Amino acid sequence: MRLPEGIFNTSYAKDTAIIRTRWQWFLFVLLLILLFTLPPLFGNRHQLQLANIIGISIIAVLGLNVLTGCAGQISLGQAAFTAVGGYTAAAFAVKLDLPFWLAIPAAAIVAGLVGLIFALPAARIKGFYLAMSTLAAHFIILWVVKIIPDITDGINGMRVPPPELGGFSFDTPQRLYFLIIPIVIIMAFLARNFVRTKVGRAMIAVRDNDLAAEVMGVNTFKYKVLAFTICSAYAGVAGALLAYNHKFVHPDSYPLMDAIWYLGMLIVGGMGSVSGAILGTIFIRVLNDLTATELVPFISDTWPSMSAEVAASMGPLTFGLILMLFLIFEPRGIIHRWELFKASYRLWPFAHAPGGR
Amino acid sequence: MNTNGTKIIAKDLVLNFGGVTALNNVSFELREGEILAIIGPNGAGKTCVLNCINGFYRPQNGKIIFEGYDLTKMKPHKVAKLGLARTFQNIELYTGLSTLDNLMAARHNLIKYNFLTAGLYFGWAHRQEMEHRRIVEDIIDFLEMAPIRYKPVGSLPYGQRKRVELGRALALEPKVLLLDEPMAGMNVEEKEDMARFILDTFELKNIPIIIIEHDMGLVMDIADRIIVLDFGQKIAEGTPEEIKTNPEVIRAYLGTE
Repeated sequence: MRLPEGIFNTSYAKDTAIIRTRWQWFLFVLLLILLFTLPPLFGNRHQLQLANIIGISIIAVLGLNVLTGCAGQISLGQAAFTAVGGYTAAAFAVKLDLPFWLAIPAAAIVAGLVGLIFALPAARIKGFYLAMSTLAAHFIILWVVKIIPDITDGINGMRVPPPELGGFSFDTPQRLYFLIIPIVIIMAFLARNFVRTKVGRAMIAVRDNDLAAEVMGVNTFKYKVLAFTICSAYAGVAGALLAYNHKFVHPDSYPLMDAIWYLGMLIVGGMGSVSGAILGTIFIRVLNDLTATELVPFISDTWPSMSAEVAASMGPLTFGLILMLFLIFEPRGIIHRWELFKASYRLWPFAHAPGGR
Repeated sequence: MNTNGTKIIAKDLVLNFGGVTALNNVSFELREGEILAIIGPNGAGKTCVLNCINGFYRPQNGKIIFEGYDLTKMKPHKVAKLGLARTFQNIELYTGLSTLDNLMAARHNLIKYNFLTAGLYFGWAHRQEMEHRRIVEDIIDFLEMAPIRYKPVGSLPYGQRKRVELGRALALEPKVLLLDEPMAGMNVEEKEDMARFILDTFELKNIPIIIIEHDMGLVMDIADRIIVLDFGQKIAEGTPEEIKTNPEVIRAYLGTE
């Protein structure tokens, strides 16, 4: 909470603002400009595809951050809720011929409602049992997808037309980038606001001490259900974008492993922090991409006798290793390291702040 | 229902855990503008009384009436909404939040916006946040917590955590304050600070207080009335002077010859 030297908050509004100084505003605007110019102008197809996947994953992880990071409820069902979003968007686009700007909110609402239904029993249990019941949610949802072919085309999957806006078709990775990034920014803004207001405080209260939260007037059941609903709605948006990105939806496009990856990204980034969720997602996705494009060819060049399967398993292997290292050395994630660095940088050359602030 | 200046009426409370009787026909009342102390040896059922008022425990028999509502049939968060705030014997704070946010979290039901306006933040939610922040800052000033405002309470020493807990209870704008051993495990200086805060709160905001405390000297000093519990039974009730000389109380604390 320490500000750069010489900068003081003069109002409560300033104290709670996300961007406090003129320099930070400048950096923020610069970041936005770079975000919208650099990748689409200079990125190749592969990099843009990676950027799109990162954006989509960020949305799913931001949702998980509300549920797991803030409300402290573990969920292994995030992949299934992205499936709900993906199929909702696909069904709206294909069967009802609706535009994407209706299909995406619809995906959020439907996924949110499905999440709410699963939350009603899940909010009554904790820890290990909750993990198991969300795991069950994953299999139930994907099973339901397969038995309602009228809506989902069952195991055949469904082709999804590219989203269009006034004749402009988001059909290449470059064009999709301009659809995904603004949505990521909106979702991150909403997530940040949930965390810093009454909603986030109530959820963190439930996470840190549900007994005290209840006595201090927080309806713990309601807030657990709300956290599940918001989390699933985020997954719904991510799923819809994933459907547009793959141009195809299939029950196998939403494997259980995705849910674990999302959870891993959140842990690596730092639970409970929006910036952490974003950083963790970028870190893991880029790392995974580097593994596939650099490490795997290196291994197969150096040891040609190594089978292709070994090379292919390098992705999950590095992910598992990184996750383990983070859990041992920095369970509070990248963002905590960053806070520590910031604090020490601002204090330098002193070790402690005067008055212990 | 504030008949005769009574704030809370508890009548014939019976609370059993299996074969163990935690409370046996305990009746008492909390009057307007008084500090009521509950004392008794360990395991006498003092905290059980607070847990019944809070809606944590559901007594098998009896009623607790507050402003016309029967608290024994309400959920804890509804009881809090009516304006009953408490502190805990073993400090139950939101360890990950700062002192400031712990207090803000207590204003949960007083802050009026839903999760949709919270998501948009600017406008309505922002105005509300600022308004309640001002009130919370007053409490922080009052309890002299300004230096620890931004510190996560998990990192605070014991005495300060107790103080944050009192602050959190005050932030709820309670009509009745329930304090469960607010001075347990403190040194004399910290105890005096806490006693000062409790008395200041009592005088400034004029809210009746139920306090459970083991430090007899302190209880005799600050309480207007005392009830004594022993093995779930109420064995005495009266002013500090009456309690000091009550033979039943002496027997419960010191045993008989």
